Amino acid sequence: MRNLLFTFIAFALLTSCGGDSIKIDGSSTVFPISEKAAGKYSKTENSTKVKVSESGTGGGFKKFARKEIDISNASRPIKKSEDSACKAGGVKYIELPIAYDGLAVVVNPQNTWVDKLTVAELKKIWEPAAQNKIMKWSQIRAGWPDIDIKLYGAGTASGTFDYFTEAIVGEAKSSRGYYNPNENDNVLVQGVAGDKAALGYFGLYYYLENQDKLKIVPIDDEDSTNGAGAIIPSMETVMNGTYQPLSRPLLIYISKESSTKKEVDGFVNFYLDNAETVVKEAKYIPLTKETYAIVKERYKNKVVGSLFLALKSTVGIKLEELLKKQ
Amino acid sequence: MKEKKKLKKRLKYFPNSRYYDIQDTLFKYFGLACTLLGVIILSILIIDLVIDGASRINWDFISGDPSTSPEDATVMVGIVGTLWIMLFTALIALPIGISAGIYLEEYGKRSKFASIIEINIANLAGVPSIIYGLLGLEIFVRMLHLGESILAGSLTLALLILPIVIVSTREALKGVPYSLREASYALGATKWQTIWDQVLPAAGGGILTGVILSMSRAVGETAPLIVVGAATFVTASPNGPMDDVYTVLPMQIYNWVGRPEKEFIPTAAGAIIVLLIITFLMNGLAIFMRQHWQRKVKW
Repeated sequence: MRNLLFTFIAFALLTSCGGDSIKIDGSSTVFPISEKAAGKYSKTENSTKVKVSESGTGGGFKKFARKEIDISNASRPIKKSEDSACKAGGVKYIELPIAYDGLAVVVNPQNTWVDKLTVAELKKIWEPAAQNKIMKWSQIRAGWPDIDIKLYGAGTASGTFDYFTEAIVGEAKSSRGYYNPNENDNVLVQGVAGDKAALGYFGLYYYLENQDKLKIVPIDDEDSTNGAGAIIPSMETVMNGTYQPLSRPLLIYISKESSTKKEVDGFVNFYLDNAETVVKEAKYIPLTKETYAIVKERYKNKVVGSLFLALKSTVGIKLEELLKKQ
Repeated sequence: MKEKKKLKKRLKYFPNSRYYDIQDTLFKYFGLACTLLGVIILSILIIDLVIDGASRINWDFISGDPSTSPEDATVMVGIVGTLWIMLFTALIALPIGISAGIYLEEYGKRSKFASIIEINIANLAGVPSIIYGLLGLEIFVRMLHLGESILAGSLTLALLILPIVIVSTREALKGVPYSLREASYALGATKWQTIWDQVLPAAGGGILTGVILSMSRAVGETAPLIVVGAATFVTASPNGPMDDVYTVLPMQIYNWVGRPEKEFIPTAAGAIIVLLIITFLMNGLAIFMRQHWQRKVKW
């Protein structure tokens, strides 16, 4: 009996050497898209094993720069520090935008006073200076009731947090500390749905799935060049670029070295060919057909480097124009 | 009437006895209420899970190919991953933990150094699990080049449960009466013979209780495994301990619970039921072994 066990373990250790597989890690926001792509890909003939993990955009790039993964999911463009880490690790990457996501700002349905919020008002609520100062709705706009405001938002490790703070406060990761953070958007939904005085932000689809429990807040960026007045987020307003500044591109980064491997190349091509379908199934907003064509070209020509590093801010960019420039 | 007289007599000599009677009854019911609280909460949880997830439990859910849509997502890859991880965690942690416990209890000398080790082991049990993940990432994944394999994950979880195994082994050994050891020595047995043939069988039940507790903790862990490279979605089951493409049930559950689509709720509930069944089976095996063991030991 004992010998049998030892033989079994030795056998298991010997026969199970890794083998070829495609490794994807990074943003939990982008995860559902890559997951759908992997799921569909595994049903095709001669497919290789795929693993999709979610250690966050930042965590993904760390592994990416150490050549531990082939593809990095990102809910924001790569940062300068991450780009230099890739250079130091000898990793060249191909950057491919894959979808749009909108961030919804929501309140409780019993909240009768909020009809819209301007970016300036949101900044007043969320900037670090608001800590211990902006505590009541009446402080945000005159005429609003004198009750405590309860805030719900993304956890500080997420790309969503980075993006929201950059778009609203003006600097990534700069936020008031006193609010209810959670990485799980469903927890935020529950929080806002159960609290009359609440205000929260999270991925648009979480609002669309819970419309009966939440009230959406139209956002006015006070810039009439991309749609005048307050705009309600929807598939359409995110896609045509009028819901600003709270819509953002989601990206995947492919290591150039990995892309020379047959199985990775096959997977990425499959991913791009089916991008529109998988993005819709993952409940995100697809890019336009023209933009996908440019992205495919970009992959075919193995264009390395990031489009976003030279930009001051990634808020409010028009993907198609940016991609065409190159 | 007679009763009353008796009571009066008693009160005369033990003026507080009625008070102690009440105290006794009070605590009995308080203890019962505490016990029921745990049972009630667990049953509410299980009933809720069964209502949500029973519709998903069928053979296809357990053995079907992985899928990304809530209606045909399956737990097969998670079950296989969890079983591999638990097998190797047990094979690594139990011999090391039990041996360390035996050493500390039976061989170790009482000294300042020993008590420092003792305190540190107890403290290790309180370290947040993600810290073990970070340790595992640096040592097993990177330094020892095990990669993001099942073995690296098992070693990490083994570290996590070692303190529990060591502490409970020591407690179990402490419970064995010293006369048993003395009798064995008196018959000329060596220290090792005494430990192996007398003390360990007598302490076996207690040690197994520790094993149950520690394995139950390991089976539900996600945080350290995320760090050492367990995936959230894989397209095929792992085929051995060196395979680096694997996921475990708790990670599948965590993923499904966090998704916006409501259709994932039954899938998540179904997976939790499967995880509970695996935990019950695992513990059932240990309890069976404990029963079996204790029947053999008679002092």
